[in-house]
Parts: sequence; structure tokens; C-alpha cells
Amino acid sequence: MIALSNVTKRYPGGHEALRNATLTVERGEMVFLMGHSGAGKSTLLKLMAAIERPTSGKVVVNGENVGSLRARAIPYLRRNLGLVFQDHKLLFDRSAFDNVMLPLNIQGYDRRDAARRARAALDKVGLLGHEKALPITLSGGEQQRLCIARAVVHRPAVLLADEPTGNLDTAYAAEIGELFRSFNQVGATVVIATHDLQLAERLMPRLITIASGRVDTRTAEAA
Amino acid sequence: MKAWLLHHARAGSTTLRKLVRAPLSTLFNVVVVGIALALPAGLYVGLANVQKAVRTLSPEPQLTVFLTLDAGKADASLIDTRLKEHPLVSRMRYVPRERALEDMKRASGMAGIVEALDRNPLPDAFVVDASDPAPDVMERLRTEVATWPKVAHVQLDAEWAQRLDAVLKVGRIALLLLATVLAFSLVAITFNTIRLQMLTQREEIEVTTLIGATDGFIRRPFLYYGAVLGLLGGLAACGLVWSATTVVNAALIDLSYLYGARWEVAQLSWRDSASLLGFAAGLGWLGAWMSVARHLAHVRPR
Repeated sequence: MIALSNVTKRYPGGHEALRNATLTVERGEMVFLMGHSGAGKSTLLKLMAAIERPTSGKVVVNGENVGSLRARAIPYLRRNLGLVFQDHKLLFDRSAFDNVMLPLNIQGYDRRDAARRARAALDKVGLLGHEKALPITLSGGEQQRLCIARAVVHRPAVLLADEPTGNLDTAYAAEIGELFRSFNQVGATVVIATHDLQLAERLMPRLITIASGRVDTRTAEAA
Repeated sequence: MKAWLLHHARAGSTTLRKLVRAPLSTLFNVVVVGIALALPAGLYVGLANVQKAVRTLSPEPQLTVFLTLDAGKADASLIDTRLKEHPLVSRMRYVPRERALEDMKRASGMAGIVEALDRNPLPDAFVVDASDPAPDVMERLRTEVATWPKVAHVQLDAEWAQRLDAVLKVGRIALLLLATVLAFSLVAITFNTIRLQMLTQREEIEVTTLIGATDGFIRRPFLYYGAVLGLLGGLAACGLVWSATTVVNAALIDLSYLYGARWEVAQLSWRDSASLLGFAAGLGWLGAWMSVARHLAHVRPR
């Protein structure tokens, strides 16, 4: 599903976030990218979602070489992905429901069909009672769950999450973990960048460890 | 196709909501665009009216046919007959050389000069009105008569009209320059307005891009906004020009009453108004397009 080979990412100014990274994620797998902050986990996710392009090497997602994708094709790649951000990136000028509607509006879903799917996604993350609430009135955990609802509402094949439990206490983190597990169980490929060891112990995913821009080769391939 | 229509309907309603939600800034933007457009539109109306007035006021152009100095009375009467029978000639007047000299003597300051001459240097002449004052008809008649025997020179007396025409041409060039400059300013106004909007909606643009919005999806509401801003500005400009001409007409009614005539300034025609609106909407669209393109170039993956 996702394959990186010899990927190096160097930022302007010379900082090398990744060096020669090679890893694969199989379809339907759940994988954690583990490492300290600054190890290059976020960069890996950004490369997979074509938010950044690799300096060298190849990033293949769903059979497409993401690194050399034309700008016009990138939106269609992203529609197969669900992105969960550490800072949620919710839109604070509209209700929870409208936030979840956004990906469906972008993809031109029929309004009634979209509303049904949005409610289903909100229900799934336990926020159906808050659909009219503005995100600012939600707690940190609720905001994160809203972000997840938005990421899965269009049923993407791949879910990419960057530190989804970063600012949450353990109880909230456990809830979020269960959500990811359930999406994985219905067939979604899930890649989570985190340094939350407790979460890893709970979900028992395959772990890929990264330290200062290098992927530990022993963990890079599925066993 | 259905999704496409849906996207456009949504962009349209988003635009209207944006305009209504900020009535004051909408109003100011519309006024600025309106004034920028009203200046060239007003000048255009003014020029069109002057041109029309000139056409009705200017005397019919005439041809003056000068005979050669050796032409006798017989030659003159022959030409007289030929002119009378010519289908393009409506009226003509014979000016014998003696009369021309008398006229010249009477002209102030010329008497001394004429006295000093030992013979009459002036030729016989005919002043001719053509049946149709159109320039090409006059010109045809002029070249034809010039080939007749004993005709030395045929002059078209339309200098006054020609000069005025030249002045109007300068006016038209000034209008064109003004319109160009203000078209640029309209593009600049929408460019900036859209840029500010995009800055305030930076997060929304970022998020929608991240979850798979195409450039077209992001661009559409801004393009609509630019076009609608141009359109409203165009309407404002039409309104301004219309009010101005109405005010001038009200003043002219009194004046023309005193002269026992009926003078009126023509309004901007429906066709011109429609092209003004189309032009304004197009420029607004262009400014928005440039602004969005510039912004989107900054959020591409690197």
C-alpha cells in the first residue's frame, strides 16, 4: 500500500530530516512510526500525503509515485487518504457537522447522502449529540475525535495520523486508540506517528522505529 | 456534471453570503470600482454627445472649383452647365474673378495690396453643394471635377469639420488611455480584496487543500466574488453616469427653453451599459484569478 525506498528529505538550509529511509506498509496493516520528536516521523507522513516532496528516493502510495505526482493530481490522491493532525486543523467558524461535511462537499457528494454519512461518522466517534457545536466549545479529546470523524467520513483506504494522542490524557488516548483499531478492523490501512508507548502496548501494531532521520531497517518490512 | 453544478451553486451562494455578511466593506468596494468605471464611461458619453452635436451643427461641406487663369467666359459657362446637370450636385454658385477681387478689396487690410496689382490674379470659381455631404461622395465629386478641362483645382471646404474630428480623435485616445489605466486599477482592486480574503481564510484554504480540494474548488468562490464585485461596480458606474446625465439634462431644459430649442444629452445606451457590465465582471474575474493563482503557488508541496 505504501512503500518508501531510499527516501531522503533535506529542507532548505540543509537540515536533513530523513536519510535513506526505506519502509513498506501492507494493505490493511496498522503501523506505528515510533521515535522521539524531531526524529522524522511527521516528515514521513507528510511525504506520504504529498504535503512535501522527497529530495531523493521514491514514495509510492496506492501504486502511485507520490513524489513526482503533478500538482493537479495531488487532490485526487488525498481523497484516498484520511489525515488526522496533532493540532486538529478544524475550522472554528463552522459547526462540528459542517467540519465533517467538508471532505464530502469537496468531492461533490449529493447533499442528503453527505449529511447521512457525516452523521454516521459523528456517531462513530461519539459526537452525534454535538453536531451543532462549534469546535471551540469542545474539549481537546472531542476535538481530536471530530478531526478523526472528518478524516474517515469519505471512507479512505489509508488513515494517516500525526501524534493523535499528543495532548490527551490516558483515558482520552485509549478512546482514540480504540477508534483507530476499529477502522483498521474494517480494512483501512492505518499509519500513526507517535511516541505514545502506552498506545502501542494497547493496540499491538507493527512498530517502525526512527531515530534522527534513519529508519531502523529491522523494523521496516512486515514480518 | 451534477457535482459540477453543485460546486458552482455552492460557490455562488458562498459569494452572496460573503457580500451580505460584510455590507460596509462590500459597499466601499463597489463604490471604488464604480467610480473607477464611471470616469471613462462618463467621458465616453460626453464624447458621443459632442460628436452627435457636431454632426448636427456643422455646415454642409462645400466644394470650391477654381478654373485656370486663361479660362474665358465661354469655358466658365460650359462648366456651369456641366455642374448644373451633374447628378451629385444639389446647388451651385458662380463667383466670377472680378467679384472675387471686389470681395478681396473689401476685406480689411487687403485693399492696398489689391491696388498694387497690375492685373487680377484670381481665377473664376464655383461653390458647389453636393447632394450628399458624405465624405466619400464629396471626394468622388472632387476628383471627377478636377479632371474637367480648364479646371485648375478643386478644394474641399471641410477643414473646420476635419479639425474638430481631429480634436475628437485626441479625445478618444485620451478615453482609451483612461479606460486602460482604470481597467488596471479595477484588476488591482479585486486582486487586493481577494488577497485579503484569502489571508483571513488561510486556514480554511490550507485544510481544504489537505483533504483533497482541487485548485478549482478553492478558486471558484473567489472568482465568483471578483466577478460579482466587478458587476456591482459596473452597475454603480451605470447609475453614476445615468444620474450625471439626468442632472445635466435637467439643467439643459431651462437653457434650451431660452433658446427655443430642445437640447438633450443622450444616456449611455443599453448595449454600451451591457458591455460595460460584462467588461467589469471580466476584469474582476481576472483580478481574482491572478490573486488566487499567486496564493496557491505558495501552498504547493515542496
